[in-house]
Amino acid sequence: MAESSNRAAHPTEKAIQVFRLQGANCASCVNKIERAAKEVSGVEVATVNLADRTLSIRGDAEAAAVTAAVEAAGYGAEIVRASARELRERQRAEEQRHYHQLLWRAALALGLGVPLMGWGMITGEVGVNTTFQQVAWGLVGGLTLVVLVFCGGHFFSGAWRAFRHHGATMDTLVALGTGTAWLFSMLVVGVPQLLPESARHVYFEASAMIIGLINLGQAMEVRARGRTSAAVEKLLELQDVTARVMRDGEEVDVPLEEVQVGNQLRVRPGEKIPVDGRILDGSSTVDESMLTGEPLPVKKNKGDRLNAGTLNKNGSLLFEAEKVGAETRLAQIIELVKNAQSSRVPIARLADTISSIFVPTVMVLAIVAALFWFNWGPEPRAAHTLVVLTSVLIIACPCALGLATPMSVMVGVGKGAEYGVLVRNGKALQQASELTTLVVDKTGTLTEGAPKLTDIETDSDADELLMLLASLESKSEHPLAEAIVDAARDKKLALYDAENFEAVTAHGVRGRVHGKRVLLGNRKLMKRENIALEKWQACAEALSAKGRTAMYAAVDGELAGVIAVADPIRKDAKEAITRLKKLGLSIEMLTGDNQATAAAVARELGIARVHADLLPEDKEKIVGELQQKGTHVGMVGDGINDAPALARADVGFAIGAGTDVAIETADITLMRSSLHGVADAIELSKSTLRNIKQNLFGAFIYNILGIPIAAGALYPLTGILLSPVIAGAAMAFSSVTVVSNANRLRWFKPASVASDRKEAK
Amino acid sequence: MTVEILVNLLGLGAISGIIWWFWVAPKRPHAEAVAVEEKLRIHVRGGVYEPDRVRIKAGESATLHFIREDPTPCAEWVLFPDLEVSAQLAVNEETTVRLPASEVGEYSFHCQMQMYRGTLVVE
Ligand SMILES: [Cu+2]
Repeated sequence: MAESSNRAAHPTEKAIQVFRLQGANCASCVNKIERAAKEVSGVEVATVNLADRTLSIRGDAEAAAVTAAVEAAGYGAEIVRASARELRERQRAEEQRHYHQLLWRAALALGLGVPLMGWGMITGEVGVNTTFQQVAWGLVGGLTLVVLVFCGGHFFSGAWRAFRHHGATMDTLVALGTGTAWLFSMLVVGVPQLLPESARHVYFEASAMIIGLINLGQAMEVRARGRTSAAVEKLLELQDVTARVMRDGEEVDVPLEEVQVGNQLRVRPGEKIPVDGRILDGSSTVDESMLTGEPLPVKKNKGDRLNAGTLNKNGSLLFEAEKVGAETRLAQIIELVKNAQSSRVPIARLADTISSIFVPTVMVLAIVAALFWFNWGPEPRAAHTLVVLTSVLIIACPCALGLATPMSVMVGVGKGAEYGVLVRNGKALQQASELTTLVVDKTGTLTEGAPKLTDIETDSDADELLMLLASLESKSEHPLAEAIVDAARDKKLALYDAENFEAVTAHGVRGRVHGKRVLLGNRKLMKRENIALEKWQACAEALSAKGRTAMYAAVDGELAGVIAVADPIRKDAKEAITRLKKLGLSIEMLTGDNQATAAAVARELGIARVHADLLPEDKEKIVGELQQKGTHVGMVGDGINDAPALARADVGFAIGAGTDVAIETADITLMRSSLHGVADAIELSKSTLRNIKQNLFGAFIYNILGIPIAAGALYPLTGILLSPVIAGAAMAFSSVTVVSNANRLRWFKPASVASDRKEAK
Repeated sequence: MTVEILVNLLGLGAISGIIWWFWVAPKRPHAEAVAVEEKLRIHVRGGVYEPDRVRIKAGESATLHFIREDPTPCAEWVLFPDLEVSAQLAVNEETTVRLPASEVGEYSFHCQMQMYRGTLVVE
């Protein structure tokens, strides 16, 4: 097979290959498998690790042969694939090799082309009139042929191979252009008498220069392209090579590929977490910014989740592996980013259609232009015909057109990953840039999603009242109760045991705490118990108007005060809403809460439109209605409860997926639980689309102007034709320009970041 | 005069040849598609996929094996835009690409720049 010969050519030192074994359970298997493996040619050392059922082979044996040998011995073996990172490194080396090869080719070709061009420009003697000139130029022609074969052979072989498949590529254009120039020159050298004296020119320098320049351009393109994948590379680098696994109470370093689900692992301060898992022992703060874009480190205790690739800051952790290999969140992110990076963007459809017929069209145009000059052009017609033919072929650049979109998407999507914005595909990216309306689910997005005690109003001691109420509520299972108990805990109040606890449905709770009769509930409860409300009624109503849930508290038959609970608004929500408005979006809020609560939150955040009292299925309907009005609707939700609405929207943003949502559900997934992520995503999509448009515009204009100029459109004005060498230079650098412009996106920074980073310090 | 007629005829011939070879000929039902099986390797080299017409069964997921022998960056990605599948191909390595179960039809696959082109026949 081709790949084995290629692999043998790699100058790797004796590689280690790891196989996962099946059916190896006992110590006696170890010997049998090792013996079988060692008999395979190329295997130098074979060791079986029974604990994790792996076989490690040192030497350059064929993986298939090892597998076969192990199977013959009665067991199963499967090669453990090289890690993505290792693969990447190999690709890097390959790229580097290719880069140097291109530079060499460029240098050689230019080494011939530049002196030839200099000669032509200084002496002006490129005509073939005498026998001596015939011989001399014949030699130069031979030399040029050598350059064409050595430095440009790949253009010719590629063109030929594509031709056989009815395809035409950039190689076709380069091969035809340089080939024609060379053949014409050889014709001049061989039988100059066929041509009028004024047309007896040779164009060897053009062939050599074009090959050199295009190689140089490609080398620069390889360089620039390498940078476009910098973001994925950064993510790949987050994957550690080894992990410290606990075996029989000892810490053993093993290659990452060998870590299995259920293994216990140790991470020390300052180390990266190798796989996804759950903390068994220890606590620490973990920097998750590389996955979520969240600048502040997160506190982690026993039972908390850890994600591969994040950085353990200051504590030693023992944890159990739950997901390894391709299952880890990091691996999934990488996969998603890669897929999105190469996906289609609708805006590029025209460019795609054009590039699929571009090359044959250019070939036809070149011939038409050449025939025009041949039939109607001024003398020397033969020379003009050739120059026009070559220039048109060479200047047309399908790559600029083809690269315009993919390169920008590549950089844009990768950049998003850096800020915890995962874009599902190019379509989502484009639609995000066109949104006019953003529908936001309130709970968990604008608010924390967990109610908190906001007010406690009383004439007597507030702490005392809170203590009584919290003691009572500690028996309750109502979500509001939790907020009151938490508030008491935060104040370090000691709680009593409540007696005769009773929950009165739709009213409140009552019971006996520390010998006192305590009541907590709404107006109806107080009425039922004949407790006068007058004293606190105004206060309670004021709190309700602010969107809080106010409750009356009574102690020993007397109204003691009012407390209020509310789902607090996220600290950054207001700022994010302002940003989104600045991006030209009209914002609408959705919530299952009542109108008063919803309106209060909306007022605080400056949101004009509110849809309250919604059932879960209403959300999708509202999105649909907005779409029918012709708006482009984005929907922000948590990805679990809002799935239908997210799917219905033009762009669904799943927020807070740093937790547990499958990252495939939404068009855009935000790893960070903040609305700023949505603003980041929209800013990014706008920048990326702008970049794509620049690239497409540039590529179109280049070809639309370049081809007529090469065809001689400027001749009536300037009296000269575009030199094929300049056409070659323009072509070589047009695609570099496109890639470089895409690379400018690497400097993209969402507006929020500057302020965030300041806070973090 | 004869030379001029000859050159013009040559040019017109070349134009019709190009139109025929690149536009008309590929549209005809041509060479059988190669069935995808365990051992099939699609080679990526010199501007083409070999084979460039592969066949899979409808309603079943399939796995393609690509071997990229061409280090030029154009060959780096293979896209199946209709199936929303793409893969980054490693140079001189085998890269497997999983395709979801799909409906009967012909789907094109190509590189980012559409220089490399192939057809996936689902039947
Ligand atoms: Cu080009």
